[in-house]
Amino acid sequence: MSRRVRWWVLGVGLAGVGVALLLAFLHLPAFGSSFHPYRDLAVPASVRHGTANVIASLTFDQRGYDTLGEETIFFGSILAVVALLRPSEEERLVRQPDSTTPLQATRLFGYLLLPVTILVALNIVAHGALTPGGGFQGGIMLATGIHLMYVAGRFRSLEKLRPMVVFETGEAAGTAVFAALGFAGTAGAGYFLANVLPFGTFGQLLSAGTIPLLNVAVGIAVGSGGVVLLAQFFQQVFLVTGDEEKPS
Amino acid sequence: MSVYAYVVAGAVLLLGGLGIARSRNLVQAVVCLFIAQSGTYVLLLAIGYQKNAPAPVFGSTSRPTTTVADPVVQALALTDIVVSATVTALLLALTIQIAKRHGTVDPDELSSLEG
Repeated sequence: MSRRVRWWVLGVGLAGVGVALLLAFLHLPAFGSSFHPYRDLAVPASVRHGTANVIASLTFDQRGYDTLGEETIFFGSILAVVALLRPSEEERLVRQPDSTTPLQATRLFGYLLLPVTILVALNIVAHGALTPGGGFQGGIMLATGIHLMYVAGRFRSLEKLRPMVVFETGEAAGTAVFAALGFAGTAGAGYFLANVLPFGTFGQLLSAGTIPLLNVAVGIAVGSGGVVLLAQFFQQVFLVTGDEEKPS
Repeated sequence: MSVYAYVVAGAVLLLGGLGIARSRNLVQAVVCLFIAQSGTYVLLLAIGYQKNAPAPVFGSTSRPTTTVADPVVQALALTDIVVSATVTALLLALTIQIAKRHGTVDPDELSSLEG
């Protein structure tokens, strides 16, 4: 197919999708209206289970099963990235010294912000049931926060900071704890991921039943998974093919 | 105009699609796919919006009420973001493999299948 024909096919396709979307949008409830039937059911359900953050209640309580699926997608895609980016037979890992030295200011901010970021991330995971945030958001902050050590120009220190076996285990353990809490719900209340723990006082740290525990499980899984994922991409820098191999 | 926010979502989706089609670099195509998917976040949040309604998070100063933005679509947007991030990571890993095998990341030069 020539380039010209391809552009025409694309143009017709995009225009068709655009018209179909526009026709559908005209039948949606008006933007900003007060017609939200799902909300009218979800908010009381969240308050009944003592959860101040309704989104956390939806994610881990009302739609907990979906979130386990989401967690499994995350787990599966990291496995796939590890499988795709593993060193092939003709490649080998070569440790190279840290060649570039970043600006002093960059290094200072890297070192200063590393503990702050980790602390904020832990806070976001811990208060997932009360304030905006939760296991997914805090977990990604944890994973990226650790890599401030790389921004500070210390790849070797980063490697010491993240022993892979700990994070590989953490990812699997977090996902397993999520599933285990699901079966605890089956044992306690008869259905998977039932919120079986006491709901506590609305707005307190230990409220909302199993939601804080699920947040911690997801935080560990996502934080560890993110580190494992980024490590696969970092590893590519140190891979060389056998042909270019030089005795070091 | 009440459909304006929805049209923005549709436009982001179509622009992402256009970007994928005209991209000459697979990394750029992956980023364009991410942009196309961002249209769905805009659509979800636009559907959940209610004028003058606060976020669906309660506390000591904001007592529970149903006059809040729709939390259901916000939770769906969270799922959406997680899935699109994992898809992006997977596609970037595939791009690295393609670059190693074929020595190029230009989709137009990858027309032949190799066993």
